[in-house]
Amino acid sequence: MLVYFFLLCALQLLGEVIVYTTGLPIPGPVIGMAILLLILILKNGMPEGLDQAASGILKYLSLLFVPAGVGVTLHFNLIAAEWLPISAAIVVATLLTIAFSGLVMKFLGKLS
Amino acid sequence: MSALWNHLAQTPLLGISLTLACFCLGDWIYKRCNQSPLANPVLFSLVSVSLVLWLTGTDYYVYFDGAKYIHFLLGPATVALAVPLYKNLHHVKAALLPIIVTIILGCLFAIASGVGIAYLLGGSEETLLSLAPKSVTAPVAMGLSEIIGGTPSLTAVLVILCGITGAVLGGTVLTLVGVKDKKARGLAVGIASHGIGTARKLNVHETAGAFSGLGMGLNAIATAILLPLLMMLYMMIQ
Repeated sequence: MLVYFFLLCALQLLGEVIVYTTGLPIPGPVIGMAILLLILILKNGMPEGLDQAASGILKYLSLLFVPAGVGVTLHFNLIAAEWLPISAAIVVATLLTIAFSGLVMKFLGKLS
Repeated sequence: MSALWNHLAQTPLLGISLTLACFCLGDWIYKRCNQSPLANPVLFSLVSVSLVLWLTGTDYYVYFDGAKYIHFLLGPATVALAVPLYKNLHHVKAALLPIIVTIILGCLFAIASGVGIAYLLGGSEETLLSLAPKSVTAPVAMGLSEIIGGTPSLTAVLVILCGITGAVLGGTVLTLVGVKDKKARGLAVGIASHGIGTARKLNVHETAGAFSGLGMGLNAIATAILLPLLMMLYMMIQ
């Protein structure tokens, strides 16, 4: 399993190298994700250890957002100054986007 | 007592322990509430860690110096999202065209609705530009914010708040508008609420989680291409 955890890190590393050399505006980990998906498709099978390593880390995905999230406190004043447009844009627009995207997908799914 | 706290704050131990303690408590409450999205453990942890830092007068950067070891794992975790995605590949293949169309429309809708609402309510230009990439995963959003002239650090905060909004209320909204299909629900939350929404979806259902991860990844790519183009169009019209 450890070797698969290394694989996850190595693919992120590869992603970062690709971003650095090509200047793509996509983060290294997202490119690493795409490469891993490609490898799995080409290999046409999932090693059990990789499944375990991935499930292990994804089980705690929520936890990993906490340190960056606490950074919200740094911008308290900035947000307080324009709290109405900011909170409305975040809450209303996010929920509308979710409803809109869900309905589009539902509608298109019925067509095909 | 405060000398001890200051001494411990010099090591990563305090930031890591504080994050884990708050998250474990939040997760315990989440499970006690039958995993109700309203008891979101990320939201609970943010509020409780912030409170502890405020009460002890600890600087965010001192906290983050330890907590960054947890933060770092986000990278490998994002790569790991390929695993649930691969396991649900048959669902993705069966609905490839609807997925792509939904991503493009959802991406444009996310940008237009966020900027539009803030504009109507009198948001400043800095706020509008920082809001434009709010539905995209943080590293992409910050990069885009810089390209179009927003404030990347403000964007990072807005991105996290969007993620929490979708994780807490997204499921209820989808049920209200009658979207029951796990794939459509996951994709929609991933488009609007990136990783934090995906974490919640993975918790509820593997297929929904896989589609949410897909929505997050593809919307990052779609927004990275479309937002700078929209900005160019806007400059031309002006």
